[in-house]
Parts: sequence; C-alpha cells; structure tokens
Amino acid sequence: MSERYVTRGFVGRRAETAAATVGRVPPGQYVTSDFPVLSAGPTPHTALSEWTFTIDGLLAAPVTWRWDEFTELPTQDFVVDISCVTKWTKLNTRWRGVSLDRLLEHVQLEPAAAFAVAWSDGGYTTNVPLPDLLNGQAFVAWDYDGRPLAPEHGGPARLVVPHLYFWKSAKWVRGLRLLERDQPGFWESFGYHNRGDPWREQRYSGD
Amino acid sequence: MALAWQLATVVGIRLETPHVKSYALELPAWPGHRAGQHVDLRLTAEDGYQAQRSYSIASAPTGAPRVELTVERVKEGEVSPFLHDVVVVGDTFEARGPIGGYFVWEPDATAPLVLVAGGSGIVPLMAMLRHRATVGANAPATLLYSSRTASDVIYGAELDALATRGDGLRVVQTLTRQQPPGWSGYRRRIDRAMLAEVLAGAGENAAQAFVCGPTPLVEVVAQGLVGLGVPAQRVKTERFGPSGG
Amino acid sequence: MSDPQPIAAQFAPDAHALDGNAVGGLLAELFGTDVTGADCGCAHCGNVGPLGTLRVYVAAGIVLRCSACSGLVMRVMTRSDGSHLLDARGAAFIRR
Repeated sequence: MSERYVTRGFVGRRAETAAATVGRVPPGQYVTSDFPVLSAGPTPHTALSEWTFTIDGLLAAPVTWRWDEFTELPTQDFVVDISCVTKWTKLNTRWRGVSLDRLLEHVQLEPAAAFAVAWSDGGYTTNVPLPDLLNGQAFVAWDYDGRPLAPEHGGPARLVVPHLYFWKSAKWVRGLRLLERDQPGFWESFGYHNRGDPWREQRYSGD
Repeated sequence: MALAWQLATVVGIRLETPHVKSYALELPAWPGHRAGQHVDLRLTAEDGYQAQRSYSIASAPTGAPRVELTVERVKEGEVSPFLHDVVVVGDTFEARGPIGGYFVWEPDATAPLVLVAGGSGIVPLMAMLRHRATVGANAPATLLYSSRTASDVIYGAELDALATRGDGLRVVQTLTRQQPPGWSGYRRRIDRAMLAEVLAGAGENAAQAFVCGPTPLVEVVAQGLVGLGVPAQRVKTERFGPSGG
Repeated sequence: MSDPQPIAAQFAPDAHALDGNAVGGLLAELFGTDVTGADCGCAHCGNVGPLGTLRVYVAAGIVLRCSACSGLVMRVMTRSDGSHLLDARGAAFIRR
C-alpha cells in the first residue's frame, strides 16, 4: 500500500519516550507530557445543581446521588498511568474521586449482572465487564492534578478505568447501567475492540 | 478522481515572522487549485510511523505546478517543529490536494468580500487576496486581521501594498497583546462591536464572508457576522482548533 | 437552507471542533472525490448544508456532527491496516 518512502529526518513524538519508562508503557504507545483533548462531541455543561449520578439496571433498586451527596462519599487519591488508543500514554496522572467499589456498596446487584454500560451527557456510552470495575480498578473522578476536572477533560466528573484504553474512561459520566448481556458502546460498536486492553494491544475489533 | 499522494519538493523557504515560515513546493502532478483550498502533508519515519497534517495553500492559482504553504511553528506540535527545524530546500514529503470545495473564493464573485482572520488563519485568506489582485477584481473587500503583536503579523508589508492599490481593499488590524508606539489599529480581541464598526456600510446583506483561525475566534466572529446581517449561508468558516500557545 | 444556529443551548462553543473541510482529504479517500461542497441532510433535524460545514470532533475516530442540532451525522475510524470504516447513518442523504 504505502511506498517505501521515508521523510528525511522525521522521527515523530516517539523520540520522547525515555528508556526508563520501558516496561511501563504498553506496546505501540509513546509517552506524552501533554494531556490531549479528544472528544466525540461538543463539551456539555450541566449545572452542578442539576447534575446527578445514577446506578441502575440489574439491581434490587436504583440509586441516584446529587452532586453534593456524591462528592461527600469516601474519596481517595489515585495515581495511575493512562493510555489512549491514539497511541499516547501519560504516566502518573493524579486524580481524586470515589472508587466504583465504594459506589457499588450502595446497591444490591442481581446475580445476573455481569456487564456495565457507562453513559454520559452528550450521549456517549462505553461498555465494561463488571469485574473490570471492581477491586480498585475504576473510579469516578472530579479532581485532576489537584484542581477541579476541566470541562474539556470530562468535568464535572468522569469515569476512569486506567487498565483499559482511555476511551473507556467516559467523560461527563452521569450513570452506570448494570446488564446481563454486554452492550457495545459508542466506539465498541464501530470497529473498536470490545474490551480494549492496552497490554494486549486490543485497539480494533478482531485484534 | 480520488486524491493521490504525490511527492512534493521544497524549492524555497522564507521566514515570515519569528514563528512562521513559508515553503514553496514543486509538485509535478499538481492539477491546479482554487483560493482557500488546502493540502494534506504526510511524513513517514524510518520505522513506518506516519503523521499527517493539513495546511492551507497561501499562493494564488498560477497554472504552474507549484504552491506555497505558510506554517506556524506550534511549540508542542509534532509536524510544524519538524518543518521549521529540520526541513531544508531539496527535501521532499508526500502531499495530496487540493482539498476543499467549500471554503473557496472565485474571482467571478461580485459580492462585497469580508475576510476575518486570527493568527495563521490569514493563510487561506491571503491566497484569496493574492488571487484577487492577480485577476484585477475590484468589488469591495475588507480584511480584519487579528494578531498578538506586530512581530506576529504575517505578510505585513504585502498587505500594506495590497491595501494601497486602490482596488477597493481595506485592511484593518487588531493587535491583542502588545501594540507598537503610534499604533492606530484596534487593541483587543475581535468582538461584535469591532465587527460592527469594521463592517459599517460594507454591504453586509450581500456580503460573502470567510472566517479562518482558532476555533474560539471563528465561533465569535461567525455568530457576530450573522447577528450583523450577513446571511448565515454566506459565512464560510475554517476552524483551526484550539489557539496555539 | 436553515441558518447554522449555534450548537444546542446546553453546549458551549468548543475550542477543539473543526469544520468538515479539515477532513476533506479523508472524505475524499472514502468517496473517491472531494465532497466538502456536497450538500448533506441531517437525519436528526433535517438541516441541509455542505459537508464542509459539519462540525468535526477528533477522538478515537473522527466524528462529524450537524452544525444545527449537533446530532451525529457521520463517523470514520481507521484500522491499523489503513482501511477505513464509515458510518453515515446520520446523513439522510448526500447530494452531488
């Protein structure tokens, strides 16, 4: 397809990935000090007075928190590496929020609940197997790097699932629906891998 | 006919401002272009890694297999620092184009022309003004051009010359961060009041407007122009994304 | 043609959006020719305008949205072998 043509002197961003980070950087990724903004649509702006977070679906009863209630839940600081399918990886990102383990303590899951779909303002969705959300692997964050999460990066709050490609970390998240059967989200239903493990380079369906 | 990649050769490099360079490219299979169109450039590293960017064509159509691109060096960028710091005359890269049948100006247009540019958004509008001068069009044209400081103004001398040809072109500038002594232009970001003053009596109901630059500027200007009476379908925009650092 | 109103009230102007023009080359790969001037009807709100006026968002893939209602008109993703996937269900029609 491409000719064997090489542009003299061009190396691209990968040159910045130092040897010291090898082993922490998933295959095919380069390390960036930026925080690129990638969105599938315009930035929503929901007033905090109207913001809610809901867990529903295969539960005994759904639960909804208002902003003040949600941010008063037991919070933690998280320091994680994140990897975007567009090949950048950012090390040691600092977040503050509530873990999914804490949130799920407030509901009674039905035995059949095996998958979750996170949904956001603006219509974005992404699906995650329930086990990938447990045991400290996922959280909902409203602070990034010691400051309130900027709207362009998903503020007021976003889901963060750092062990999967960052398209799974839904910006502007407003709820989680627990399901019996997997329901591919916005990118998963359009050529992207259903699970998205960066360490197995699961970028596209069929990978 | 699908756009095919071809090899472009750099035949000239000119420094326009401390952060902006123009590149003259020779393209053997160039089909010609219209003012406002752009090219895609593709760079390939030894290991096959590729990066692709779009750049507006700065030159007017001439019939020769050559175009000029004007590129601002974006500090955190991947391609523009390479173009500025590494590329020399004689180098080649893959290019395809011309692209874009929407954001174009044709000289047979008789409507008053309104051009609004922020920063490097001036590039495709300059192609339009250069083309306009070449064909000797004289329907009234107004350019409102926003830059940070006087040293950031691209094509400054050429714009002065075009504005004094007496062919109905008026150039208005604003410098948003710092102005030299004796500056008689505007001193702030483009806003609705500025547009209203600049457009006053410029035949806004019949105008054809082109707006190009950082997305936030384009949003403000496009909405402002429509609010001032320019028909919405006659406001053509080319957003460049977030403003550079 | 209805005027390109500002994006629906709950969204603020976005610094990162581009115009359809910016992905003209990619669209040309898909359609075989430059289509930025071709009229496109939004399947959500019926707004008609050139593809070059759609709002482009760059994420995992490329998303093109209606400038009137912000509805999803098209999306394009590119696989590692360079092949493209196009979902144009949000376009009621494209006219050339």
